[in-house]
Amino acid sequence: MGRYFRRKLLIYLLTFFAAVSINWMIPRLMPGDPIRALIGRAALRAEAADKVAEYFSRIYGLDQPAWRQYVNFWTSLFKGDLGISIYLSPKPVTQVIRDSIPFDLGLLIPAILCSWIVGNKFGAFAARRKRLDGIVLPIWYVFTATPYMWLAILLAYVFGVLLGIFPIAGAYSFAISPSLSISFILNYLKHWFLPFLSLFIVQLGGWAIGMRNMIIYELEADYSRYMESLGAPRKLIRRYAFRNAMLPQITGLALQLGVIVAGAVGTQVVFSYPGIGYLLLQAVMYKDYFLIQGCFLFIVIGVLIANFVIDVIYVIVDPRVRHGMGGETA
Amino acid sequence: MAVSVKNLKIYYQTLRGQVQAVDNVSFDIKDHEILGMAGESGCGKSTFSNSLVLLKPPMKFMGGRVELDGESLPLADFRKMNEFRYKKISLIPQYAMNALNPTRKIGRMIAELLASRGVSFSKISRELDRRLKLVNLNRSVMKMYPFELSGGMRQRAVMVIATLLDPSLLLADEITSALDVSTQKAVAKMLVQFRDMDLVKSLVFVTHDISILYQIADRVLIMYAGKAVEIAPTKKITKEPLHPYTRLLISSLPDVGVKYSERRLAGIKGRPPGLLNPFPGCRFKERCPVRFEKCDKEPPLAEVSENHQVACWREVGNNG
Ligand SMILES: Nc1ncnc2c1ncn2[C@@H]1O[C@H](COP(=O)(O)OP(=O)(O)OP(=O)(O)O)[C@@H](O)[C@H]1O
Ligand code: SF4
Ligand SMILES: [Mg+2]
Repeated sequence: MGRYFRRKLLIYLLTFFAAVSINWMIPRLMPGDPIRALIGRAALRAEAADKVAEYFSRIYGLDQPAWRQYVNFWTSLFKGDLGISIYLSPKPVTQVIRDSIPFDLGLLIPAILCSWIVGNKFGAFAARRKRLDGIVLPIWYVFTATPYMWLAILLAYVFGVLLGIFPIAGAYSFAISPSLSISFILNYLKHWFLPFLSLFIVQLGGWAIGMRNMIIYELEADYSRYMESLGAPRKLIRRYAFRNAMLPQITGLALQLGVIVAGAVGTQVVFSYPGIGYLLLQAVMYKDYFLIQGCFLFIVIGVLIANFVIDVIYVIVDPRVRHGMGGETA
Repeated sequence: MAVSVKNLKIYYQTLRGQVQAVDNVSFDIKDHEILGMAGESGCGKSTFSNSLVLLKPPMKFMGGRVELDGESLPLADFRKMNEFRYKKISLIPQYAMNALNPTRKIGRMIAELLASRGVSFSKISRELDRRLKLVNLNRSVMKMYPFELSGGMRQRAVMVIATLLDPSLLLADEITSALDVSTQKAVAKMLVQFRDMDLVKSLVFVTHDISILYQIADRVLIMYAGKAVEIAPTKKITKEPLHPYTRLLISSLPDVGVKYSERRLAGIKGRPPGLLNPFPGCRFKERCPVRFEKCDKEPPLAEVSENHQVACWREVGNNG
């Protein structure tokens, strides 16, 4: 088992290196220059602008040749330094990201987990129950086919504007500052509800359809058929099918949790919710190389951790994988 | 008479029409008898054996009657059939190598299956050990997952599972087809032993390889395109086959030791007809070297001598 994980670890390290390098490169291939964009907003005179630009380029190290910048990037990365944000200058990127991560996790983890659990339960229940399936399946399809933006805006309009029950922007009111008081928590939950609901609804259909199809596939598999031939009750056959259908769903869940940090750009834009997704959008608009790199770094790390978790879970739940590891039995 | 099948018709309902996979088939099986059922691929052998344990769409019951130990089987009634499944009729399916849940240890799967059928695992445990020995499996397979076993081992495990409750009728569907010649013999012998030890009362041994039947079957039924075309004791059918199809089948047998499927039925030109709305008359007429006008009508399966039935106008009713 040790050998299996060592090999995996090596693959992860290589992937990490490649992905992070690509993330370093991509913003630099975008047309335009971040410093010019920054100064453009200040509307300086031409000569002054040139001077300022030169100054900032030196500060950010953007005047150096590309290979130097690349080496610098890795050396500071090892020191845990992701540079200074250009757009939110002079905040360090690590701090900018650290500030927004709780909002991401607080929104996405409940939304993904709830939709996953509810979707799996309902999908499995509806599979092969003809009447129910006939009613519920179209609903799932409508849910997944709904363009996310459209749904989010609709919810914001109905519950926020028309009914005025929920606020539609920010993670909490400007008037109060984050604390662990009851009033803040209530305020936070009120802001949290609509973004959560929109994410929940949109993902629910996908999980339910996936589970339904997997269950039907398993119920049609030879082993289910044989159990039926031997007169095993439906309950036992469904229990086996459910367990086997869960395996791909677990992969799906871990992958979703992996892209969590980037997963909700749409929500965060519609509801101006201050997470990484929203941050990334701003960073791209301002060509903030360092912030883009930082955001992507988190996404890459998230995906890799998620994949690692999948590997571990699979070793635990799927005997076929467990035994594929050099013949050792667990 | 342990089993009697009368005018059994099992069709597949498809979008393009009905596939007449088992059409008006009648025969008997005596107690302690091994009936070999042979015929080319697609002639309805699996349809027959599956229909006795699990008749569900697209398979459709179109008529007929099957009696087991004097009781009529409620084939079309999925629920009522459950009393018979496993306890009285059991199947070793053609897909035996994939018939076990891949994520359950075999022993645990058996325990759960038995519990669901109201049989206590601990009571049957010693018998299980004995039978594992009969098929040359170590007790340790109970603690393994199906994928840890070779295909042949999995198949033998299924053999043990299928017969655990001593069924009156066991249907063994192509259990030797995927094995090499020497293993084929061993597996066939195991089944004979099961019968000799009274673990199963009667056995239908399905195969497309007639040569294996010489060794184990008491009687042989030849199927062609959904019909039973000839039934006779094994010796009789090999020495004096009457139906033109059986004759070709037996004369085209390769020498012993040559893998059968590679040279299968080289002597018979053409292919069997499709069973979706087949043409009227004898279903073998397109390929039959001795057909004549009468063959446009369907030949009945008739007794030509004691214990020997044939469905061919050349052999019966020539005077009628
Ligand atoms: N699910 C199905 N739907 C429609 N037709 C089917 C279905 N299953 C089988 N058939 C048809 O029924 C006929 C009999 O098939 P069956 O599987 O019983 O043949 P077989 O004798 O067992 O062949 P083999 O030796 O290949 O196992 C074939 O013509 C086949 O095309
Ligand atoms: S009935 Fe006619 S076509 Fe059919 S096998 Fe006999 S002779 Fe041939
Ligand atoms: Mg078959």
